[in-house]
Amino acid sequence: MILENKEYPPAVVNPRRRSRLLAALYIAQEQYGWLGPDAIQRVADRLGLTPGQVKSTASFYTMFKLEPLGKYRIQVCEGLSCYLVGGAEPIIDHVAKRLNIKPGETTPDGKFTLEIVQCLAACGTAPALRVNDELCENMTPENIDELIEQLRQE
Amino acid sequence: MFEPVLTRNIHRPDSEKISVYLAHGGYQAARKALTLAPEEIIEMVKRSGLRGRGGAGFPAGVKWGFMPRDADVQKIVAVNTDEGEPGTFKDREIVESDPHQVIEGVIIAAYAVGASRAYVYIRGEFFLGVKRWIKAIADAYEHGYLGENILGSGLNLDMSVHRGAGAYICGEETAMLESLEGKRGNPRLKPPYPAQTGLFGLPTLVHNIETLTCIPNIIERGSAWFAGIGTEESKGPKIFSVSGHVKHPGNYELPLGIPLREIIYEHAGGIRGGQKLKAIIPGGTSTPMLTADQIDVPMAFETLKQVGSELGTGAIIVMDESTCMVEAARRLSKFFAHESCGRCTPCRIGSQRIFEILDRMEHGKGKTGDIDLILELVQGIDGQTFCPMGAMLVNPPRSAIQRFREEFEYHITHKCCLVDAMDG
Ligand SMILES: Cc1cc2nc3c(=O)[nH]c(=O)nc-3n(C[C@H](O)[C@H](O)[C@H](O)COP(=O)(O)O)c2cc1C
Ligand code: SF4
Ligand code: FES
Repeated sequence: MILENKEYPPAVVNPRRRSRLLAALYIAQEQYGWLGPDAIQRVADRLGLTPGQVKSTASFYTMFKLEPLGKYRIQVCEGLSCYLVGGAEPIIDHVAKRLNIKPGETTPDGKFTLEIVQCLAACGTAPALRVNDELCENMTPENIDELIEQLRQE
Repeated sequence: MFEPVLTRNIHRPDSEKISVYLAHGGYQAARKALTLAPEEIIEMVKRSGLRGRGGAGFPAGVKWGFMPRDADVQKIVAVNTDEGEPGTFKDREIVESDPHQVIEGVIIAAYAVGASRAYVYIRGEFFLGVKRWIKAIADAYEHGYLGENILGSGLNLDMSVHRGAGAYICGEETAMLESLEGKRGNPRLKPPYPAQTGLFGLPTLVHNIETLTCIPNIIERGSAWFAGIGTEESKGPKIFSVSGHVKHPGNYELPLGIPLREIIYEHAGGIRGGQKLKAIIPGGTSTPMLTADQIDVPMAFETLKQVGSELGTGAIIVMDESTCMVEAARRLSKFFAHESCGRCTPCRIGSQRIFEILDRMEHGKGKTGDIDLILELVQGIDGQTFCPMGAMLVNPPRSAIQRFREEFEYHITHKCCLVDAMDG
């Protein structure tokens, strides 16, 4: 019963191939910047799926970008543990003020998007946030200023 | 004196490297296990009393026993590194600092249940974890601990990493299998259980990574050693993630059954800023809150049940007297409202309504009858949903109201917070 060696008629989706969908979406997102119609089509063609199937799956997961976002996606944690030690709103407001945008928005130069998330599994080193794939712990208004300054210069 | 085993390597420099793991006795348990009969290993795990560390606490050995024995069906081990329960940060530390101990557990489990394929599912946000998994698996192949005929035993085992993409519900085992199959992470109806019909319809053993980390230690030191730690129904060491208003937040490996008071005051340094303790969430966001006078409860599955809560993932969130319980409940309910997968109405709509009511209460717009309305919603959700998420999401609001009802009433009648009012 090893599915890998089974032949599938063209109309049937090969389950092992479909299981690569999330990985394929990550790759497409990396190459195209976001998952627009072209990227979705490309993934669908590669895996023998319809664009609808691909988009429906992608839209379930918050890490897939179905719209263009800033070069740096800043995700601030608003979980209880972060909030208790001075995080959440004070941190969110501080980032928002520095970038001059509201949560959910992208700066006009396309550099930053600010998002709110809950729990990055860094509750012991709270307050926490993420910049793209990097976790930043023990955040304060001061080190946020440093971080944003550094990203601006990159 | 209790000796940590699950976390014994994590403070060593380069603890994630195979060379460091091998230099400190790594993969010796797998060597030993491969000389034993599979039934013997399952019996050892049963006798150890190990219960799953992913939240549900199901006896691991019993689950291994559910896997079909026929040799011609391919079997799978699925490794749950999705850790998303707010307050919990133990699994991230395990995979970032000691992935080989988990791989060793997977090898032993695969051998015992006759699996030839292992899939690791890791939370999409854990980018360092993804890299550590990939490197560790590659090194394990290179050293002959994965691949064909492992250590000359005849065991073949392939292992790969699959990155999730931001959905809490994918930690639920059947949603995780859906996601591993490249689909939306909607939970499946149980039964059939994954041990019968799991990934790609094949028998699948699903474990949390802390559970798997216990396995090499049980093989090495024996079931009696493991069963000698803990209480009647909760055996072995456990990693407790402590966060919130304590002086020293962090992960602490301690014996199950240790009083909550000892974890908070002796290990985590007590309440910071000299404040008084008010409330504790003992097992991750989805477990009912406790009050300060309940902190002598032993941290074990059965004793937490007795006081109306659960051990869950063992993630302890500590709140001092400055915490508004309406706000705490609101924040926790927001999480669940966002993370409901949307499949069934009580969870999808109910979680949203609970959040909306708490949100207006917190912002001075609460109405008479709102507390009863929440409790009514709770009744309509608990036990009425497709997966356990419904029963989990009602715990924060229900337990906060049960234990701190006067704060909710104050918010409604005075349009402001009792805690702020007491501060003057
Ligand atoms: C909503 C929900 C979320 C869950 N999230 C996780 C998780 O992030 N990690 C995990 O190991 N188990 C999680 N579980 C528990 C799993 O369904 C399953 O019980 C566990 O992975 C089995 O492994 P264990 O027996 O080793 O604990 C979750 C369960 C539910 C209902
Ligand atoms: S209870 Fe919630 S998370 Fe579970 S299937 Fe229903 S909607 Fe999805
Ligand atoms: S609550 Fe912010 S990282 Fe867990």
